[in-house]
Amino acid sequence: MPSQSIWTLLSWGPDGWLDDIAYGAVVTVTLALATLPIGLAIGFFIALGKQSEEPSLRLAANVYTTIFRGLPELVTLFLFFFGMPILLQHLIRYFRPEATIDVNGFVAGMIVLALIFSSYASEVFLSAFRAIPKGQYEGSYALGLSNWQTMRKVILPQLLRIAFPGLENCWLSLLKDTSLVSIVGLAETLRNAGVAARVTKHSFLFYSVAALVFLVLAVLSSFATSAILRSLGKREAQR
Amino acid sequence: MSVTATIVERPPPQARGWPRSRLIGYALVGVWFAFGLGIVAYLVFAWNAEFFAKYAPAYLKGLGVTLSLVAISMVLGAVLSIPVAYGRMSKNHFLSGLAYCYVYFFRGTPLLVQTFLVYYGLGSFRPELQTVGLWWFFREAFYCGVFAFALNTAAYQAEILRGAIESVPRGQWEGAASLGLHKLQTLRKIILPQALIVALRPYGNELILMIKASAIVAIITVYDLMGQAKLAFANSFDIQAYIWVAVVYLVIVEILRHAVEWIERRITIHLHR
Repeated sequence: MPSQSIWTLLSWGPDGWLDDIAYGAVVTVTLALATLPIGLAIGFFIALGKQSEEPSLRLAANVYTTIFRGLPELVTLFLFFFGMPILLQHLIRYFRPEATIDVNGFVAGMIVLALIFSSYASEVFLSAFRAIPKGQYEGSYALGLSNWQTMRKVILPQLLRIAFPGLENCWLSLLKDTSLVSIVGLAETLRNAGVAARVTKHSFLFYSVAALVFLVLAVLSSFATSAILRSLGKREAQR
Repeated sequence: MSVTATIVERPPPQARGWPRSRLIGYALVGVWFAFGLGIVAYLVFAWNAEFFAKYAPAYLKGLGVTLSLVAISMVLGAVLSIPVAYGRMSKNHFLSGLAYCYVYFFRGTPLLVQTFLVYYGLGSFRPELQTVGLWWFFREAFYCGVFAFALNTAAYQAEILRGAIESVPRGQWEGAASLGLHKLQTLRKIILPQALIVALRPYGNELILMIKASAIVAIITVYDLMGQAKLAFANSFDIQAYIWVAVVYLVIVEILRHAVEWIERRITIHLHR
């Protein structure tokens, strides 16, 4: 095979690999964006549990974060990817003995990333909860708001603003953690770059491109978050 | 005085009965309990003396590899972080820009990509590396792991170090200067003792993150703890290979976390009275 020039390798189309890596980048972003709302919701409820007055609720929430912050991401991923089919198989055998289960890499990755993201996000939410003075709750109680109304109209708007910088960090590590899902075969950025590297023997080039994709994603998200922060700040100034 | 002293803010009385939060809390604790019991029961039922005899020594060896990998790269990273932190705090635009780019690259890209870049990427320059005489280093997956991890943790540690040094008020530098101490003495005797108290917790977190992240060297064929688990799973298709390794990691991380908290309590005794 005549050695192709770097620019052919990086072109768009059947000769080049840029389209594959771009497709991988789309999968990376999709995975991270799909995980985000689930992780935020779970993290919020875990934080609610942690600052509850009920000891059993605190205990349950603390066990959750201890486990998912203590386990390496890779171990959690492997446990789910290989363990879940076995577990489901056992369960489903009672109903349909002939059925087999195959776990989709995207779904397994989403569940695992949501577990990890939510345990870190819950810490951020918890410290934001602690930053909100008790008077806010007492004031809304005095105004006759229900618990749900207090949370939605008084606490949440302040909470999000306080938690935002911490959540931004969580988002950046979520974005980086998506690369781990390539190991269980999801065709995202790193996986496709790895395929290109193996086929063309230009490992350094393609892994650098993968690194560049992640850097660009990090820069783009910092643009996005500063735009969100600015609009949050504007709304605060208007009040 | 005596009147106010007797008014103690008591904790609110425990709610009686079964409010909704208690029901949910007990249910969730029950779920965790059942989960734990299920895992223990599974490990007991799946107890396989042969499996244990075959893989327990391998796991111990893997644990040694993991710990030495993390220890070596933490120390190398600490050494490397000093010039990077110096660059970050320098007034020279070129130096600070260079250090900023270094930190941004290593914090902005996944460690897995960096590890691949070193192991497969630099490995593809075999003839060049052989002429320079560095091939023996980049041939070994373990050394490549150490190399990538040291570079990565240096970026994080540089930021920790910078944050800690900048947290010490300026007056301390000025006071030391007025006492006639030169820069290095000031740093060693005045600034660092105060900065390291601030830095202890982030350093502890970084150590824990490194232990967790070290599992990924299993992907580049290093037989660390995770690598041994992968091997055991590939040979036996027994999910307990991964359950055991999860337990070991969890225990290490919890021990470290509590150790850091204990040290922090010890060294800040003079701060709260």
